[in-house]
Amino acid sequence: MTPQQISEKLKSQFSDNILDVKIDGVLDPFVKIAASHIKEVAIFLREDADLQFDYLMCLSGVDYGKNVLGVVYHLASMQHRHKITVKVEIPADNPEVPSVSSIWPTANWHEREAYDMIGIKFIGHPDLRRMLLPEDWDGHPLRKDYKVPEFYQGMKVPY
Amino acid sequence: MFENAHPIVKTSNGRTLRSEEMIINMGPQHPSTHGVLRLELVVDGEIVVDVIPHIGYLHRCFEKHCEAMTNYQQVIPYCDRLDYTAAMNMEYGYVLGVEKLLGIHVPERVEYIRVIMLELQRIASHLIALGTYGLDIGAFTPFLFMFRDRERILDLFETTCGARLLYNYIWIGGVSHDLPPGFIDKAKAFCKYFRPNIKEFNDLLTYNDIFIKRTANVGILPADVAIAYGCSGPMLRGSGVNWDLRRDDPYSVYNKFQWEVQIGKGEVGTVGDCWDRYIVRMREMEQSINIIEQALAQIPDGDVQSAIPKRIRPNAGDLYVRTESARGEIGFYIISDGTASPYRVKGRSPAFVNLSVLPEISRGYMIADIIAITGSTDIVLGEVDR
Amino acid sequence: MGLLDKEFNNSNVVITSLDNLLNWARLSSLWGMQFGLACCAIEMMATGASHYDLDRFGIFFRATPRQSDVMIVAGTVTLKMASRIKRLYDQMSEPRYVISMGSCSNCGGPYWEHGYHVLKGVDRVIPVDVYVPGCPPRPEALIEGLMKLQEKIRQQSLVKKTA
Repeated sequence: MTPQQISEKLKSQFSDNILDVKIDGVLDPFVKIAASHIKEVAIFLREDADLQFDYLMCLSGVDYGKNVLGVVYHLASMQHRHKITVKVEIPADNPEVPSVSSIWPTANWHEREAYDMIGIKFIGHPDLRRMLLPEDWDGHPLRKDYKVPEFYQGMKVPY
Repeated sequence: MFENAHPIVKTSNGRTLRSEEMIINMGPQHPSTHGVLRLELVVDGEIVVDVIPHIGYLHRCFEKHCEAMTNYQQVIPYCDRLDYTAAMNMEYGYVLGVEKLLGIHVPERVEYIRVIMLELQRIASHLIALGTYGLDIGAFTPFLFMFRDRERILDLFETTCGARLLYNYIWIGGVSHDLPPGFIDKAKAFCKYFRPNIKEFNDLLTYNDIFIKRTANVGILPADVAIAYGCSGPMLRGSGVNWDLRRDDPYSVYNKFQWEVQIGKGEVGTVGDCWDRYIVRMREMEQSINIIEQALAQIPDGDVQSAIPKRIRPNAGDLYVRTESARGEIGFYIISDGTASPYRVKGRSPAFVNLSVLPEISRGYMIADIIAITGSTDIVLGEVDR
Repeated sequence: MGLLDKEFNNSNVVITSLDNLLNWARLSSLWGMQFGLACCAIEMMATGASHYDLDRFGIFFRATPRQSDVMIVAGTVTLKMASRIKRLYDQMSEPRYVISMGSCSNCGGPYWEHGYHVLKGVDRVIPVDVYVPGCPPRPEALIEGLMKLQEKIRQQSLVKKTA
């Protein structure tokens, strides 16, 4: 299916939760979804017989600046050989997104990393802890306004 | 009075231990964890009940460096250090993404040179993976033989760009140095020398009874679990799934070569066990030799630096590009905001995703089998932690 | 102390000092601890393999710190790993030496400017005897670093206080 057909199918099912669709003029066609409904959209994308997106290629957290954070899902289907990108955006002072780790188990570790680096909380995640940084680290480094700490456990951090 | 007689012990992810269970730490420094990986094993006697991997001991802030560099070209040495055993695969994934964002096409000679280097890297990486796997199981000799052959490949890289392990060779729009005179003959001689050595490795290790007893029917990964967890590369192909990005989502000039995708068939055990993943890597080395010989025969002439742009300033936009590295699907999600330096680069590494399936495939085996299973996932901590 | 075979011309008695004997014994069998962290570990493995053999110098990698003389810190040291390195160094028994291999453990390497999680040099947590520069150092450079360590051991003495 082409990206146009995939977005038409999504619009017919979830018309009021689709915030934006961009097919032409971009290298990666994407669909922007309201953050609170990402779980229903994800179940539909995986279970529908024409879509069958069973492979989550990548889940990234992004800091768009101006107090907006986002999560980008890159999905692929191994049966039908098509791809689609799904984006959500959330405010930086209350960054909560439902977790899709029960739908694609790949998302388990990717969401932990997005929480660690950007600070997005995934509701319903079985084990949301820091992954790459130590447990007692302060702050989320990939935010644009992050300041490097001077000392960590007695060791000087900057050069 | 006896409140503290049975203390409550919990693992890091909150599971409470029963009284016959125990936590054993396979710490960050361990001879067979292939780097700084910490495995928290919950064991009941010798049987492993749960495995909790802890990573992050090599987190080198790759994504922050990408945002802080002043231009796109400066990111390439950091990409090298992600998967340091097959460094050019990482460089190539990133450079392909930037070239697509810029919309430039490279000359055909550059594509052929890149394919030759990528396949040589794949062989070098598999030699490390298989050699250290034998070392973990207890066989020292195949490790020495495989490193002897790896030195010949590193000689080829050294004559081309001067470096043995971390190259900064694949640039945006081309490569940094053309092939030196005599490279094609030396590479053909290497291919002729290496092919019979694969039979020697099979005699030494692959069909050895002890090796089969340690790796067959151990760590069985079913195909649907592998796809659900996002595994790729030999991990996925060892479970019988016929999926290779060089053929199924093609890039560069791979569509001009004939080779076969190797999958695991459960020849000595069950489909998806450690032996299957091992034999997929061994047979992939032979297929890589096929590709290299075809590329060396067909390589055209040309200028390798003619398409390198003077200013690298892509239009605003984002792109996810994936290629097949030695371990699986390496993906780069690059967001550009129209300036000379990237806004956000996310590296999706195959070893990170392959490692997440380790708890699923390790339950119910013994502690010594965990070594075999971890070795067969073939992780490199540089790309797991980035 | 020179080569032993030249000493046995007339009799089979060798006269030397206790310092020289101990130093010769220590430098000829430096057992290293397997401590590869990152890319330099691959070059360390290549140095130990058959092309640039380390076994001919008596250097043999052990898995545990209790049985090793020298710890070759090969690779980037992160803040999460630094406390473990300190613990492993404390577990080694004297005489113990540390070789810092590669740029990352010398001074932070390519990650010195923006690495918020990288320790800028392993000498911020443990004392280092020899620094081997390179990214990664060639196997010959690592062997030269080990030779320099052997020279340092040759100078040591039982009566002089060490740091």
